[in-house]
Amino acid sequence: MSSRFIGIVYRKELRDLLRDRRTIISMIVMPVIVMPLLMTGLGLAAVKLGGKMRQEIPKVMVLGGADSTNTLSALRALKAFDLVAPSPDFTNLISDKKINAAIGIPTNFDAAVQAGEPAAVTIYTYEGEFKSMIASESLDQFFRLRRDRIVGERLAERHLPEKLFAPFEIRKTNVASPTKVSGNLIGMILPYLVIIMCMTGAIYPSVDLTAGEKERGTMETLLCSPVARTHLVLGKGLVVLTVSLATACLSLLSTGASVMLLKKLAVNSAKGNPLPLTLDPSSLLAVLVMMLPLAIFFSGALLAIGLYSRSAKEANSYLQPLLICTVIPAAAAALPGVELNYGLALVPVLNVSLAGREIMSGLFHWNYIAVVFGSMCLYAALAVALAVALFKREDVLFRT
Amino acid sequence: MIEARQLTKIFRDKKRGEIRAVDNVSFRCQPGRIFGLLGGNGAGKTTCLRLLATILQPSAGAATVAGYEVVTQPEKVRANIGFLSTGTALYGRLTARELVEYFGRLHGLSDDLLRPRLDALFAALDMNEFRDGRCDKLSSGMKQKVSIARTLIHDPAVMIFDEPTHGLDVLAARAVVDFIRQCRARGKTVIFSTHVMSEMEKLCDTIAILHHGRIMAEGSLGQLRERFSCQDLEDIFVRVVEETP
Repeated sequence: MSSRFIGIVYRKELRDLLRDRRTIISMIVMPVIVMPLLMTGLGLAAVKLGGKMRQEIPKVMVLGGADSTNTLSALRALKAFDLVAPSPDFTNLISDKKINAAIGIPTNFDAAVQAGEPAAVTIYTYEGEFKSMIASESLDQFFRLRRDRIVGERLAERHLPEKLFAPFEIRKTNVASPTKVSGNLIGMILPYLVIIMCMTGAIYPSVDLTAGEKERGTMETLLCSPVARTHLVLGKGLVVLTVSLATACLSLLSTGASVMLLKKLAVNSAKGNPLPLTLDPSSLLAVLVMMLPLAIFFSGALLAIGLYSRSAKEANSYLQPLLICTVIPAAAAALPGVELNYGLALVPVLNVSLAGREIMSGLFHWNYIAVVFGSMCLYAALAVALAVALFKREDVLFRT
Repeated sequence: MIEARQLTKIFRDKKRGEIRAVDNVSFRCQPGRIFGLLGGNGAGKTTCLRLLATILQPSAGAATVAGYEVVTQPEKVRANIGFLSTGTALYGRLTARELVEYFGRLHGLSDDLLRPRLDALFAALDMNEFRDGRCDKLSSGMKQKVSIARTLIHDPAVMIFDEPTHGLDVLAARAVVDFIRQCRARGKTVIFSTHVMSEMEKLCDTIAILHHGRIMAEGSLGQLRERFSCQDLEDIFVRVVEETP
């Protein structure tokens, strides 16, 4: 009988919520339209702009080197740089992005190199500025190749093998499967994204079904019904959970679709050098299962905050710090050196984020997973119990 | 029937300290009769009715509504009352039909019982024209009719009305007053609160004047007139309030 009343409350509250434009925006428009547009839009823009910038010829100022004609001729012959006239104000010109880099060639550089004496060129760059870094890399590559060629010529002159300069090679081989490689990459962002969407998805319904009801005066109407208050709050909680999970699942699906789209576009542009993005469905499912107690925890906690608040405005003022308290541990899982252990497995949000990261990269530490899942179930039960307890308190329901 | 026995409700406020919103109130309302609670703002009418509707719990005392104790059997009490107050608003995003249906289901009515009762109620209250209109688009009078239908869908034995004509125009208020009379005619126990004297005079078989949470005078209109030697209820009310220490 009790489940029947929970079901009646659930169906009514869900219908009521789905008729609200704000629910549709937070549950469907944000994860299905806005997030993929942002991801694919920003991703494509980054790829296109990056490619365009690499095609542009960087402006490079040559400082000195008038007596090093060989080096200067080689630089000009390369036609990879737009060489500009020297100016004493070159540091400001680089900082103001008027030129991309400068190369300082000392007096008698060519002669010193020819004589085998120590010599050095200096590349002046704007650290972190994309175009300046490209110019710097090109200059660095030019001088390295030039140095290697000179070394090769000198070895040949002395009838020595080139292997003298490079006695051995260094090779790198990836031993992880493409799924693991991509899982490791995606695992940095995906659990964070799902946690945040779980939380943001639960915010609007939890406030609307509690503080919103108080404001609209429907709470007293509902309390007149003979249904036990526990069943009323559980019905409401299930609606919050449904919207929260739906938002998370939709965001997951749309993220997956965006990743696939980005991958396809990257394959086309990179001509057979695809991005290492492959999702393992079983890992994805495991992450979703781990999210379930977290979503219940969010639903219970947000419902409790909404119940305690006198108005939606008051509830939102409490939710802002809570959102920050969720974002920080969710994002902390992506920090280098933060690994899942028994201590962190008990920290809500961070534990799920870390476990999600491990699962996505194919690591299943069952002992940690059990602690994470068990502790989250406990926190979820406490949050729901708090919401139920608050719903039974008249000083909370009729707080003025 | 409703019976309140030394019903008391104390609120604790950080600034004002202990507030006795309802103080040792006792009365009886019989089936087929209308019991009126008359009082000014803050007299304790709403709190008293909320206690009877089990929305609030008494700090002391007890009450029986339709044979059930408000403290120990609140769900049974709520299953047997129709509570209508200024605080019981409607779900704006539901239609009139959906809202009444929802409360019918919350009262445990099966679809077989709910449908004919809903149709009869909508016809009796002349609501068919707007049965599929969203509640937030309805006029105040229409909304009040939906609220009335909500309180009646489970055919309760006891009706509790807290200022039911508040904010309504003359015609809508008259329809509500007529509806309360019909409840009495159908043998329901009715308790009704207002600060509108004319409604009290027209409707109530017994009037209790509530002031500072206490019943200061109780009786039929005739008994009150005789006791205070006044014909006008407003004059009686003012005398009661002024005589209160």
